[in-house]
Amino acid sequence: MTETVLEIDGVSKSFGDNKVNDAISMTLARGEIVALLGENGAGKTTLMSILFGHYTPDEGCIRVAGANLPAGRPRAAIHAGIGMVHQHFSLAPNLTVLENVMTGTEKLWSLRSETGRARTKLKALAERFGLAVDPDARLGDLSVGEQQRVEILKALYNDARILILDEPTAVLTNLEAETLFGTLKEMARQGLSLIFISHKLDEVMAAADRVVVLRGGKVVAERRAAETSKAELAELMVGHRVARPIRDAHERGEPVLEAAAVSVRIDGVDRLKEASFRLHAGEVLGIIGVSGNGQAALASLLSGTLARSSGDILLYGEAIGDLSVADTVASGIGRIPEDRTREGAIGEMAVWENAVLERIDEPRFSRRGLVDRSAAIAFAETIVRDFDVRGGGARTRTRLLSGGNMQKLILGRNLAERPRILIAAQPARGLDEGAVAAVHARILEARKAGTAVLLISEDLDEVIGLADRIQAIVGGRLSPPVSADEVDARALGLMMAGAWKKEAA
Amino acid sequence: MSIVLDIIASVGLWAAVLRIATPLIFGTLGALLCERAGVLNLGIEGIMTFGAMIGWLAVYHGADLLTGLLVAALAGAVFGLLHAALTVTLGLSQHVSGLGVTLFASSFSYYLFRLIVPLSGSPPTIEPFAPVTVPGLSDLPFIGPILSAQTPPTYLALLLALLLAYAVFRTPLGLAIRMTGENPHAAEAQGVNPMAVRYGAVIVGSALMAVGGAFLTLSAFNSFFPTMVQGRGWICIALVVFASWRPGRALFGALLFAFFDAFQLRLQTAVDGVPYQVFLMTPYILSILALCVMARRARVPQALMQPYRRGER
Repeated sequence: MTETVLEIDGVSKSFGDNKVNDAISMTLARGEIVALLGENGAGKTTLMSILFGHYTPDEGCIRVAGANLPAGRPRAAIHAGIGMVHQHFSLAPNLTVLENVMTGTEKLWSLRSETGRARTKLKALAERFGLAVDPDARLGDLSVGEQQRVEILKALYNDARILILDEPTAVLTNLEAETLFGTLKEMARQGLSLIFISHKLDEVMAAADRVVVLRGGKVVAERRAAETSKAELAELMVGHRVARPIRDAHERGEPVLEAAAVSVRIDGVDRLKEASFRLHAGEVLGIIGVSGNGQAALASLLSGTLARSSGDILLYGEAIGDLSVADTVASGIGRIPEDRTREGAIGEMAVWENAVLERIDEPRFSRRGLVDRSAAIAFAETIVRDFDVRGGGARTRTRLLSGGNMQKLILGRNLAERPRILIAAQPARGLDEGAVAAVHARILEARKAGTAVLLISEDLDEVIGLADRIQAIVGGRLSPPVSADEVDARALGLMMAGAWKKEAA
Repeated sequence: MSIVLDIIASVGLWAAVLRIATPLIFGTLGALLCERAGVLNLGIEGIMTFGAMIGWLAVYHGADLLTGLLVAALAGAVFGLLHAALTVTLGLSQHVSGLGVTLFASSFSYYLFRLIVPLSGSPPTIEPFAPVTVPGLSDLPFIGPILSAQTPPTYLALLLALLLAYAVFRTPLGLAIRMTGENPHAAEAQGVNPMAVRYGAVIVGSALMAVGGAFLTLSAFNSFFPTMVQGRGWICIALVVFASWRPGRALFGALLFAFFDAFQLRLQTAVDGVPYQVFLMTPYILSILALCVMARRARVPQALMQPYRRGER
């Protein structure tokens, strides 16, 4: 191996009694990509926050090119050539790309910003690493993938030699993620060193040279990516063997929800174009597609928050016009929204409040116009117990739960009542392996109990594992359904690219 | 109709527009600076009152007029420091702190004034700023006489608007201020200290507000009375929104409001049979309408009114 650029030596950090980093040591070489793999809560982000100076370690030290890095000072980390790309971007949507990049890079009291020179430097960097962005675009107008490029460029602009990316693909579509990994490899080839934090095995295997596995705050293993397998890494990460559950054969029932040539038009753009599907009781119908192809409109339509512009929706065989949110609750449609923190749960409210929010009108949760807190809390406690929600009880503020546990809460809220229909949009997005398996098992259980599940997803493995029938969504159009037993990943890939249209023509 | 045209064509109207606009320009720029850094400063009404009082008092006790302005600025800075300590360091609600500063500063102005200047039948006066003529400018047709009627603080206000526009959009400090108002966490991650930026912006902004108040006693009038700010501070807060947080537009907004005000004053005397209160209302009604049109697309600084705490997202 070539020269070592970064050494983390015996770093420990505790929050209260909770030891989140326990004597962690690792190294990074020039031109190397290291994946820091671990489940949520394994201590990855804390370690990287120490590295970047957001936290001070209790013990241990960090050396950059052999020199000790002063602890707890972001400025020192920037000077030492460490750049951090946060999972939640540190950007200002109202400012331009250039302004976001330039902040803090010049002497504060100089009388003029050297905008011209900065623009040239930014463009040169963008070209060198294939990170095309318009320097004068307003940041808020960019896609998430482009915003991430800005975040990376910001680090490079500060002459970063070591780049840390915290779950860089969590917010990206699959396509954007592939582009990102191409960029990362190019940066490594040009001599930069990278650490990326992840809990996704596929991307770790695809992008990393070396994998450091963290579990419970300790380094449990280190492997060269070429000499390990997904199965081994999964086991190391979770601590025991995990397998995602796979559906078994199951007789489907009557159609419960149908869309007949439904179109949705928003601000003059057709988000859904004559989409048709027929969802049966006791089956999982997978809607697969690259995100941004009309999934959001489809999910909102079926959740009662969006009106159709033409076509019919049939619920239990009857045309019902537009669904309202109250209808969906009343007629037993459970919903798992794509963005759990924005639409799924209210972070500032307690777990029990979120658990009963959509049923607060029901007599069992209210007494003479007042909320029956004990009944509501009891209901929430059942969900917490049955759906294995960890990290808090019924009275915990929901914001404090991890993503996976919040998702289990949302799932529990919907499934506890045995819904007849479940609309699940990206139910496992951003979750670690253990949580994914748990969510999938619950969905299959519901199917077995007769619930009709509409699974909207862009994860091929997820759709193949769970769905009985699959339709692709491309540009707001739905393909005809295919049986999951008759397609493989390659055929699905073609469908996601819109290949069925040619067959029809 | 010809009355309207006569009024608009009169030098007197436009001279009055600049005079009425001056305190609004100072106040609006001050509030804008605070808000660009993410701090709403509702202390403005009280700070303007205090500036009017203390500036006047300084001159009454023998200081020259410029020193009077400076004393007002210094007093404003102290109130800014108070507001910053409450909202930035302690992270308290910016509304509540600002209203507190206004109530405190207004009452304190009157108290101090009464303590030092005994009650008398006719209020004591000072010799206020005299209009200055700028060679070259005053010879221009129409514009010349309008400018010749103005006092130095008015020129200062116009200059300040340009200066602030440049500073906010063309200097590294301005960018740091805007970033702090948009996303203090991002500012911190880039090595800018958001706390220091907010302190600086609130202190300087409050100093400007106080100078705006001092204009009332040192130039527009020659004596102090406690209710003289008359809601101008609140107008400034609205003007900041009207201006979408841009100094150039703030200048325009202040002039527009002043135009409405000067215009209605002249209409009052020119038109019979309409209660004068109707005319008094018009600038405010027109301002609300203008606000509806201008402010709908305004981009509010994203971190406005959000306290910043290090290490917390």
